Amino acid sequence: MKFSYFPGCTLKNKAKDLDEYARKSAEVLGVTLEEIEDWQCCGGVFTTSKDEIATKLSSVRILKAAQAKEQALVTVCSACHNVVKQTNYAMQNDSEFADKVNRYMDDGIYDGSTKIYHYLELIRDVIGYDKVKEKVVNSLAGKKVAAYYGCLLLRPNTVMRMDDPENPTIMEDLIKALGAEAVVYPYRNECCGGYVRMENTEFAEKKSNTVSNSAKLAGADVIVTACPLCKYNLEKSGSEIPVVYITELLADALGIKEDNNGK
Amino acid sequence: MENKNLRDEIIRRSGVNPTKCMRCGKCTGTCPAFDEMEYHPHQFVYMVESGDIEPLLESKSLYRCLTCFACVDRCPRGVEPAKLVEAVRLAAVRQQGNNHMTANDVPAKIEEDTPQQLIVSAFRKYTK
Ligand code: SF4
Ligand code: SF4
Repeated sequence: MKFSYFPGCTLKNKAKDLDEYARKSAEVLGVTLEEIEDWQCCGGVFTTSKDEIATKLSSVRILKAAQAKEQALVTVCSACHNVVKQTNYAMQNDSEFADKVNRYMDDGIYDGSTKIYHYLELIRDVIGYDKVKEKVVNSLAGKKVAAYYGCLLLRPNTVMRMDDPENPTIMEDLIKALGAEAVVYPYRNECCGGYVRMENTEFAEKKSNTVSNSAKLAGADVIVTACPLCKYNLEKSGSEIPVVYITELLADALGIKEDNNGK
Repeated sequence: MENKNLRDEIIRRSGVNPTKCMRCGKCTGTCPAFDEMEYHPHQFVYMVESGDIEPLLESKSLYRCLTCFACVDRCPRGVEPAKLVEAVRLAAVRQQGNNHMTANDVPAKIEEDTPQQLIVSAFRKYTK
């Protein structure tokens, strides 16, 4: 099975682990991720204002490239996923916006029809947890893992439609499939402080610490995330338990972690 | 821009209908930036509706909103306050010379391992 894949700028730089482990694990699970050619950064955050056109063109071009290959699009980074998915939703539901965007597309219009999977959805909906269980060679039994969703994967739910936004299970289900124990804690879908770290570090640290303390108090020994900024914010704010990418946990269970050369 | 025009323009760009708000304050109750904001999400809704935009344009609250969409998902009336916060913030930073962050501010704020995502996201929210 082949899918178009958009890694995004951070996965090419500071979050290489998130990217490399995602691709290699996908191969083990029978899926090839074909990177879109010539992509540009999604911008990191979606701008909800209806008259913001230029900031959404890179996402539309990514969606269009997948459509040209007649493939669904896979994302891994929570932020990229949020931006691309919200842009696609606007292309489907806001004809005035779509019309303006399409005036920039010199090689035919984009109609909003590309299907987008976050990597977690790819595993749940396409690969299946049974297949994952079958491929686990290094069970994570005994590990207590806290899934950290943050905001970007789940909200706004009318658009993201990944899972129940207030009681999600998609990450916990994967954690369990890898043999580990999933720790549910109150702040798993609250914000880490995000980009406001640039504006007010103290405030962002307070938000991050609330999350990591909540996970620790619930008995977790590790936090997993799909978002480079969540990971950074939690770590920099002094999380007392390690924060790793969900794809690293997966690669570990699939027995391919030591093959990875990236950091 | 005259006040009435600015109000209508902000409402139009945001796609929000503030008259749907029943002032329950739930958006503010769930807002993780509550402590940092002088005007809270429910106040944005009310103040935009009543055309009281100037104080919002000047407020630091604009740069404390995390775009976490908690207020959007948890509003029982589907008002989507974050979209109003965004529309007001854009009205502020789109004014010439009013960028909230410049490239010169960045080196002092980043470290060796700062993810690109942090920098591009901040630029997208704080500048035009
Ligand atoms: S939650 Fe919705 S209805 Fe309640 S005050 Fe906020 S915007 Fe108004
Ligand atoms: S989107 Fe902004 S205003 Fe709404 S809850 Fe989050 S931080 Fe508060």
